[in-house]
Amino acid sequence: MSKKLVVIGNGMAPGRALERLLDQAPEAYEITIFNAEPRVNYDRIMLSPVLSGEKTYQDILIHDDAWYEKHGITLKKGCKVTAIDCAGKTVTGADGSVAAYDKLLIATGSAPFIIPVPGKDLEGVLAYRDLDDVEAMLAAAEKGGSAVVIGGGLLGLEAAAGLKERGMDVTVLHLMPTLMERQLDTAAGYLLERAIEARGIKVVTGANTHEIVGDGKVEAVRLDDGTEIPADIVVMAVGIRPNAGLAKEAGLEVNRGIVVDDAMQTSDPDIFAVGECVEHRGHCYGLVAPLYEMAKVVAERLLDKEAGYEGSVTSTRLKVTGIDLFSAGDFAEGKDREEIVLRDAAGGIYKRLVVRDDKLIGIVLYGDTRDGAWFFQLMKDETPIGEMRETLIFGQNYAGGSPLDPTAAVAALPDDAEICGCNGVCKSSIVGAITEHGLTSIDGVRARTKASASCGSCTGLVEQLMSLTLGEGFTPGAVQPMCGCTDLGHDDVRRLIVAKELKSIPAVMQELEWKTSCGCAKCRPALNFYLIADWPGEYQDDYQSRFINERVHANIQKDGTYSVVPRMWGGMTSSAELRAIADVVDKFGIPTVKVTGGQRIDLLGVPKENLPAVWADLNAAGMVSGHAYAKGLRTVKTCVGTDWCRFGTQDSTGLGVKLEKMLWGSWTPHKVKLAVSGCPRNCAEATCKDIGVVCVDSGYEIHVGGAAGMHVKGTELLCTVPTEEEALEYCAAITQLYREQGRYLERIYKWMDRVGLDAIREQVVEDEARRTALFEKFLYSQRFAQRDPWAERVAGTDSHEFTPLNRIAAREAAE
Amino acid sequence: MNDMVMKMESEHWFTVGRLSEIPRRGARQIILPRGPIAVFRTQNDKVYAIDDKCPHKGGPLSQGIVHDGSVTCPLHNWVIDLQSGSAMGTDQGCVRTYAVRTDENGLVSVSLAAPSE
Repeated sequence: MSKKLVVIGNGMAPGRALERLLDQAPEAYEITIFNAEPRVNYDRIMLSPVLSGEKTYQDILIHDDAWYEKHGITLKKGCKVTAIDCAGKTVTGADGSVAAYDKLLIATGSAPFIIPVPGKDLEGVLAYRDLDDVEAMLAAAEKGGSAVVIGGGLLGLEAAAGLKERGMDVTVLHLMPTLMERQLDTAAGYLLERAIEARGIKVVTGANTHEIVGDGKVEAVRLDDGTEIPADIVVMAVGIRPNAGLAKEAGLEVNRGIVVDDAMQTSDPDIFAVGECVEHRGHCYGLVAPLYEMAKVVAERLLDKEAGYEGSVTSTRLKVTGIDLFSAGDFAEGKDREEIVLRDAAGGIYKRLVVRDDKLIGIVLYGDTRDGAWFFQLMKDETPIGEMRETLIFGQNYAGGSPLDPTAAVAALPDDAEICGCNGVCKSSIVGAITEHGLTSIDGVRARTKASASCGSCTGLVEQLMSLTLGEGFTPGAVQPMCGCTDLGHDDVRRLIVAKELKSIPAVMQELEWKTSCGCAKCRPALNFYLIADWPGEYQDDYQSRFINERVHANIQKDGTYSVVPRMWGGMTSSAELRAIADVVDKFGIPTVKVTGGQRIDLLGVPKENLPAVWADLNAAGMVSGHAYAKGLRTVKTCVGTDWCRFGTQDSTGLGVKLEKMLWGSWTPHKVKLAVSGCPRNCAEATCKDIGVVCVDSGYEIHVGGAAGMHVKGTELLCTVPTEEEALEYCAAITQLYREQGRYLERIYKWMDRVGLDAIREQVVEDEARRTALFEKFLYSQRFAQRDPWAERVAGTDSHEFTPLNRIAAREAAE
Repeated sequence: MNDMVMKMESEHWFTVGRLSEIPRRGARQIILPRGPIAVFRTQNDKVYAIDDKCPHKGGPLSQGIVHDGSVTCPLHNWVIDLQSGSAMGTDQGCVRTYAVRTDENGLVSVSLAAPSE
């Protein structure tokens, strides 16, 4: 007589195992299945198409009732197993029935992870796991209203797309900064977010759910920052946990999942386990391909044949119509790995291959996933790729061809994209002028269109437009790339950030076809500055792209300690401030106190952990950060002016204080130092500063472009203005122009050498409208920049910076 | 004292904190009796631990900018590969590395035993 096989669970994995078993030996076992769900076996991967309406339940059935009948299987629908007796070899169902087995197959699958927030048990909070969940979502969608999906992974996005398709207002909340961060790198995550938003789904990243609000039924989701998002249903799709409770109670070995060996055997040799409930070699799987591989092994083993499961290499595809996404393998970085990146900004395509020891080990494809299967096979087979390396990224069908077009980014710009910011010239006017007038030189284009005729920072782009229009007949001048991550120069990158409205670092890297996945220490701080300068109030500062000094708001010294410089407005201080400084020095044992060249006091040798406490004391005495570490305004040095000096012509100290109050906190391409001298004797040394004001009887001389660092350079006189108000406005306008045109780490004098004093004079002095615009833009961005970073950190911002993660004492270590 | 430190370094995995406490593209310090080590977390959540001391002039690498699998020292811009600990480009030098693991609860442990390969 045949042996008895009992199966707990009726999902896809045991379904596949039974199919294989019955194919080979239909009579070997008498089979009983306990299924907690009141259904037959259906294709869970297809729940998303059911939700979106592309498929029905009937379409996704794998085994219908007839199938079970035909194979003489007893299927106990809606009957959960409550206990396994390993010694007596029986299982007990919720209905009290007891079934004896010779072999037992546990396939209890997994359970959705429900985040433990208040309100999680309210009516309307759903998971996304089985057909019941889908039916509940469909019922809610019929009434319309809003849905919040918690979790921006594969399942969450599929649920969101389906609910949107069904007419709901959908918001996706995701804890991490980019979507599907486990499968995608940031660039692909950015593209995905854009595509999801293009479907009218709101995406909130970095969103930590605080509470689900409602009286008996869901009404809204509240985030940690207090934001409330109205919701008629909430779908939790934050992950799954293997269902291993039953096995554990039966005394089987369980870690995260039910532990199985390569034969899919549990710690009891008569009990097998398969699917999402198992843990094999430390891995739990939630994708279908590995489950099928396990199923195959189980079937063989049930028939006492040799077979072993050795773990799976998995790949992921997002099943949202119109979004092509594929990822597989390991795409972390490392010295032993190389990456091949292809970005096609116009086509919205991103491909990244990670190669180690001449083999493919990681794949991310976005926008064009046609070669996913081919790459995946190369990866699984560990095929050496040496021969095809050069063309690998272009896919299976590629044979020879030309290298990537460096003008692609410019070609992809719309006709009305502004190329020259100074003179407001758009792409189509330039291309039109080139064609119409047969222009062949950059000077010709300048003369006709004025593009690139002022500051010249768009020259690279104009030249690329000429190449595009004229073909090989034109050779552009060589541009010094920003860094090894791109072929574009600083100016081109800046113009394209504005023209293409790029508002994040991943957006810049994708749209401008960066060659690395994460940039480098050269381009990231530069991009961070450009984005801050171009999108005040909109761009979110990228903390990890700042140099340490700007992260911790102090200057790192050679021994790893920091120096602290409080601001002394216009070089003025008081006994109270000096006393507070002296107290801080004593209290924290600060070894060195130094008067700086910028008329303030430097406290050197402060350990990082002490910085917030030092700042708290200085803040308490009314002092704020002097930004002595910043690529931004440093000091405004002054002389005593008419207050005390017998030669003074104006209130230079007062103007210095006003300038500093206006300019502090602004970020600039490099440091900016000012000085105001009360008379041409120039005691404040204003004529070797980035911007200097020299007071004269008739008003204020505005000087620019001095330096007293690596190069010593006197300023050039820009103009003379009669009033203090104008002096302030002109200085702000110059600073703003420098913020818009200066290349990162280019001091004002170098910028001036590059664009010419005349170009600055044209825009700041002669063109009143332009000056006013610059001034207003500057004041607008200051609204977001003028916050004392010390006070913020004393209040707790970035506290992780100032404490070690852990301390391990010798004593503890010896225990 | 030296013996105790030796013992610690030959045998122990130390749980040092949670992955979420280390910023992406950033690092945190672990203070040991003989000096700090730096635990890095890359954009893709790979975790590496190395001595917090640049082979060039001893700069604190934990304070550098992290890009891909490397860090740029804040003092003189040497670039150190986090996996091997060696200086990249034309610079010559190597910093000691430690094996690290992250468990399913997000707890990060560092092996203070022999250097990882």
